[in-house]
Amino acid sequence: MSDVSSIQKANPGMNDAILQVEHLSMKFGGLVAIGDLSFQARRGEITALIGPNGAGKTTVFNCITGFYKPSEGMLTLNRRDGSSYLLERLPNHEIPARAKVARTFQNIRLFSGMTLLENLLVAQHNKLMKASGYTILGLFGFSGYRKASAESIDLARHWLEKADLVDRADDPAGDLPYGAQRRLEIARAMCTGPELLCLDEPAAGLNPKESMALNALLMDIKDNTGTSILLIEHDMAVVMQISDHVVVLEYGRKISDGSPQAVRTDPRVIAAYLGVEDEDVETVLTEVGDEDVIEQLDTGPDSAHGPGTSSSYLAGPVTDTVGHSEGERVTVSKGASKAEQVDARSSAAASKAASPAAAKQPSAAKSSAAKPATKAPVKPKTPGASNRRGGRK
Amino acid sequence: MAVTASPERDIVATPMQRATREALYAGAIALGLFVLFIGLKTDQNISNELILVQRWGLLAIVVVLTMAGRFLYVAYGQPFLANQKIVDVATGLLPESVATRFFRLPYFLAAIVTVAVLVFLAGPLDGLLGPGLAGYARFLRALAIIYALASVLFYFRTFIHAHFSALGITALTLYPVIVVLVLALYGGSVAAGFQGSLKWVDNFGIQILIYVMLAWGLNIVVGLAGLLDLGYVAFYAVGAYAYALLGTHYGLSFWILLPAAGAMAAFWGVMLGFPVLRLRGDYLAIVTLAFGEIIRLVIINWREVTNGSAGISGIPKVSFFGLISFNVSDPNYIAKVFDIATSSAYYKIFLYYLILGLCLLTAFVTIRLRRMPVGRAWEALREDEIACRSLGINTTTTKLTAFATGAMFGGFAGSFFAARQGFVSPESFIFLESAIILAIVVLGGMGSLVGIAVAAMVMIGGTEVLRELDFLKQVFGPDFTPELYRMLLFGMAMVIVMLWKPRGFVGSREPTAFLKESRAVAGSFTKEGHG
Repeated sequence: MSDVSSIQKANPGMNDAILQVEHLSMKFGGLVAIGDLSFQARRGEITALIGPNGAGKTTVFNCITGFYKPSEGMLTLNRRDGSSYLLERLPNHEIPARAKVARTFQNIRLFSGMTLLENLLVAQHNKLMKASGYTILGLFGFSGYRKASAESIDLARHWLEKADLVDRADDPAGDLPYGAQRRLEIARAMCTGPELLCLDEPAAGLNPKESMALNALLMDIKDNTGTSILLIEHDMAVVMQISDHVVVLEYGRKISDGSPQAVRTDPRVIAAYLGVEDEDVETVLTEVGDEDVIEQLDTGPDSAHGPGTSSSYLAGPVTDTVGHSEGERVTVSKGASKAEQVDARSSAAASKAASPAAAKQPSAAKSSAAKPATKAPVKPKTPGASNRRGGRK
Repeated sequence: MAVTASPERDIVATPMQRATREALYAGAIALGLFVLFIGLKTDQNISNELILVQRWGLLAIVVVLTMAGRFLYVAYGQPFLANQKIVDVATGLLPESVATRFFRLPYFLAAIVTVAVLVFLAGPLDGLLGPGLAGYARFLRALAIIYALASVLFYFRTFIHAHFSALGITALTLYPVIVVLVLALYGGSVAAGFQGSLKWVDNFGIQILIYVMLAWGLNIVVGLAGLLDLGYVAFYAVGAYAYALLGTHYGLSFWILLPAAGAMAAFWGVMLGFPVLRLRGDYLAIVTLAFGEIIRLVIINWREVTNGSAGISGIPKVSFFGLISFNVSDPNYIAKVFDIATSSAYYKIFLYYLILGLCLLTAFVTIRLRRMPVGRAWEALREDEIACRSLGINTTTTKLTAFATGAMFGGFAGSFFAARQGFVSPESFIFLESAIILAIVVLGGMGSLVGIAVAAMVMIGGTEVLRELDFLKQVFGPDFTPELYRMLLFGMAMVIVMLWKPRGFVGSREPTAFLKESRAVAGSFTKEGHG
């Protein structure tokens, strides 16, 4: 791009954050997928981004890697050499090329008809293009290109060995078993020489053994290449074992941020998502004092939603009517946002004054704006109210 | 059709009874189907009135043939195949393939003897048989020659498979020499050899190689980059008109205009590429189709420059780098330089080697490009565009280079076409040409040079062979022109090949790099691209 200076910010001195996400918002029409998200990923660390399904994790990834242009906010990537890039201003393909951000995909995207080796060579495209004099020198077999070509094969071999795939280097990528495809995708991303590696659910669909191998590979990348890793993961064993820093999203908002231990004990996270069995959710929420859950316990759990492993599965379309203090009836989905409930209970206890003030408001939307305790899909009384509600999610 | 509804009757019915019954059914169906197609024909009489011609005899022949075919198949064919299966199982050997049964030494010897008899006794036999039967004799001779050649190919199939490219190039290089030699021996003089070679070198050799080159050029866009281009003939037209206009107006040499035509076509490739970069799949196909039509319509309507539908004639001939000319009037005319008899065959043979050289250049560049980062990026683009972008590949420039490279080869072929014809008109650049080129690419197997070359040979050579089948006039009457049926046969061949080999003749792809050994990637793994 021509205006390099506008994209490259002045070096803000010693910066240990490789990626700074500030006030990131992503709106699709009326739907707010991410609302005002800020966090940092530190250099040389593994940062995990977790949250229930639909929390907006992949959207964050798509914003970082340029597949989406964020509606608002700033994404700053600080490279090791001191240059900084504003990712939201870079075109899609320049983010890996110049800002050195590589990514993998939730649904694996390999070049299935090409061999493993070719997959890794495609990843070194920009380097090889330069070496081949944008094809022209390479076409006539200049030695510079031949050397670069041999080096690229060596790099590919290195990563194939790391990913334990070197025996299958000449097989088509589509022929690999699922776990190996995941490893190959990581190896391919590493062949671009990234400083930040974004992995979208790398352990999804892996058996425990493959999961262990993946952990080892990620730790190896972190320790030996200095590449920082940003990770979306549902497998808490992976997250807790390898990540240095965890950011928890729910409904496009950050609900917790800190070390794995801190996040693990955060009641909002527990309520929202983390490592809690269905039966435990009720205990936790009862402890926290969720009236809705206590009320629901009397009628028994909703078996229609099948066996869930985390509390997020409880967030079904179970609707009920909840009587508000002012006698207004609002239809809500129970337990849509556990974290907000937790917030609400604590804030309600702290500031009783806010509630009566809100109760005087005539519309449901306004009352909910003042009081974050009411939850998910509210059946609105006015069309305007629905937009406002949507805007908050 | 062979399945009967009630199993009880099946037990009772002998093959003969069943065959009779099914033959009657088949006859009834054929009668119903063909009564309007064949039985009646509209025609104009001498006073230009539309009249209905009744052809009941022909209809009867067709129906009887259908019945006989069905009867023979059910009565003898089916039991034979069933028996053969039992025999194969009983002997415990690997079942013989159809091919090994078809190609046997006795048959081969019989074919050789037939050819020898028919060739050496051609004169007396013609007199004996009369003109009608002599046509059949010639057809029989052609069949025997084809069978003998096919047997030889079949016998050496492993060797041929292993050295296909080298053998192919050698055969193509020697082709005009062999044609001239054979015809000279046959005709008894060198001059006759040259004169007879015109048809074989021009109609078969050059024609096929032009399509090979066009299909290899389109292969870069469709086969490698996975961008469906239905307007490829536009670049062919740009190249042809570039040479025709610049050659006739400014008298520039072919060797200057060849790269110029390529560059111009590449420029238009980029022009087309820019607006369609965002489009994928069907939408891309429609826009490229429209682009092809636009170019043709511009050529038709821009009369001041292109002379409209009348076309441009008097396009200068190619010379051998200015050293040897092929114009009889020039002082350095080839016959004068080498002091040999004047013949138009020299120019055709020269053109043959020229297009062969251009084809080999195309193949060489394509093979080199595939091993370059840009070629790998093309294939990666075909496999998954989103993954490409996540790896930092600029998909815009990658697509544009694919369009431009493909268009450039189209432009080369176009300027050659203009030089060979000496005349260009918009009629040569209709959509059907694009469709044929695309069909060759798909039929050959997208991305495979060898497969595409074979497909071009079958498709273009096949339609040319139809012109040779004069004896069919004996069967269907003097008005029958086999070449009018070439599109029908073309379509049928495509359906059959696509059913039999959905990925084309060569469905697998060769990897561009390997660590230990290069293994072909099966067609089921590669993607066709989404635009």
